[in-house]
Amino acid sequence: MLRGLWRLTWLEIKIFLREPLGVIGTVGLPVLIYVAIGRLLGPRVGKTAPDVPRFVSVDLPIFSALLIAASAVLSLVAIIAIYREGGILRRLRATPLRPHTILAAHVIVKLVFTAITLGAMVLAGRRYYPLPATVPLASFTVALLFSTLSILSIGFLVASVVPTARFAQPIGTLIFYPMLGLSGLFVPIEALPPLLRAVARVLPLTYAVSLLRGIWNGDSWSGHAGDVVALAVMFFAFMAASARVFRWE
Amino acid sequence: MTVVRVSGIRKTYGRTVAVDDVSFDVGAGEIFGLIGPNGAGKTTTMECVEGLRLPDRGSITVLGLNPARDVYTLQERIGVQLQAAQLQKRIKVREAVGLWASLYRKRVDGDRLIEQLGLTDKRNAWFMTLSGGQKQRLFIALALINDPELVFLDELTTGLDPQARRAIWDLVRGIRQRGKTVVLTTHLMEEADRLCDRVAIIDGGRVIDIGTPAELVRRNCPERSVIVVTDDSTAHGRFGAIPGVESVSSEGAQCTIRGRDAALVTHVIECLAEHRIRTIDFRTELPTLEDVFLKLTGHTIRD
Repeated sequence: MLRGLWRLTWLEIKIFLREPLGVIGTVGLPVLIYVAIGRLLGPRVGKTAPDVPRFVSVDLPIFSALLIAASAVLSLVAIIAIYREGGILRRLRATPLRPHTILAAHVIVKLVFTAITLGAMVLAGRRYYPLPATVPLASFTVALLFSTLSILSIGFLVASVVPTARFAQPIGTLIFYPMLGLSGLFVPIEALPPLLRAVARVLPLTYAVSLLRGIWNGDSWSGHAGDVVALAVMFFAFMAASARVFRWE
Repeated sequence: MTVVRVSGIRKTYGRTVAVDDVSFDVGAGEIFGLIGPNGAGKTTTMECVEGLRLPDRGSITVLGLNPARDVYTLQERIGVQLQAAQLQKRIKVREAVGLWASLYRKRVDGDRLIEQLGLTDKRNAWFMTLSGGQKQRLFIALALINDPELVFLDELTTGLDPQARRAIWDLVRGIRQRGKTVVLTTHLMEEADRLCDRVAIIDGGRVIDIGTPAELVRRNCPERSVIVVTDDSTAHGRFGAIPGVESVSSEGAQCTIRGRDAALVTHVIECLAEHRIRTIDFRTELPTLEDVFLKLTGHTIRD
């Protein structure tokens, strides 16, 4: 069923690396900016002094992790749109490759580069942003993976239907940023008007933020079982929907 | 043995009828052509047969399978080259062939296939750097990687220069020599004439006529002419007496003899020999598929 997945994934990684601008934009630039900001603000942010606002000490890592995950999703949407527009999907369709294999290959590629980017950021920035010893890094990585996958599933749904690459970027952005605004990262969910609160409850990002923030602060997984279940349910729902509406051309 | 049987398929997109009551059979080992202008419904018909589209009505059997239901089984046994398809810009020839090979249970040796299609020099070249002819040869290689029994080629030589086109024709003949059946579409009548054993002429979503190119010409355009250039003043009269001749016209030393008899050319040659008519030039003008198309549809294929 997933015949060709590994070969396609490996090929896509190689093809991605052949485009220097893409690599610099995906991996190089975020790390560079992170380090540059660290150099500028380093002395102040570096010390986990009690006067550092909560947004900087806790939510900033979550915010940047989500942004990088989201940019991976947006670029996935763009790639699928380019493949559709260029007739590459058309050609792949006439082979035993299934759409979910193609999507899965691109997801793995994106996850690999997201992991590399985040890893490089943590390494390069460790002088400026020392990780609090209390942060369970392994658990946080797993939580981030869950979150990324559930954002990805929305990306899939968009990627399955957008006709051209030019549409893909704005549509992806249009969906992602409001979602981020309602996620509880900036304004607590409880402070939202009832209608927006209801909307926030059905968006995966809300649960992703809750999960990531909890794990970062050292909460146990069992305390966030609800978040995990919600993310999983949404992942499968969006995946099923995207498989139904997937367009080859 | 019938490899493809299409009966009465119809396909509409909204209000546009792309294919309307199309039927044809393709026998094992033949090169069958769907010919007609752009937008005639050739590609839609072909994609229904390949299982990529579902016809609204009618039935299709390919290698004993129903392409709508058994598309995955069918894909193992057919090879497909699609019109206006592309690959990733920076994928190498060798990598594309390798990827395709990994997708099928049955496969031929990729390196040999690359060699047979004359791409050995380009095996490490990126797709975006290939010429039009090289891209088409790569797509043929991908269509043949699973050693298919039946190969579909859609507008294979569109956009290629005459030399590249001829090279591709030789490749297609080679596919048939290996015992495979080929179904192709083209809007080039010369291509259909040179390459196809049988053709179906399609216009406006309908099949207008089916047969070998020679049959179609004989059936629809039996008129033929022989042009003789001679300084013999008795020639004109003698040509008029040949059985089956419908008209003789002369312009200076050039006589044009017209008729519908299949033996017209033979009769003219016999007449020339019998009366020892000194012949300066001799040529025949036989109708082509292009003329058949014009006759059947009332417009040329490039309209």
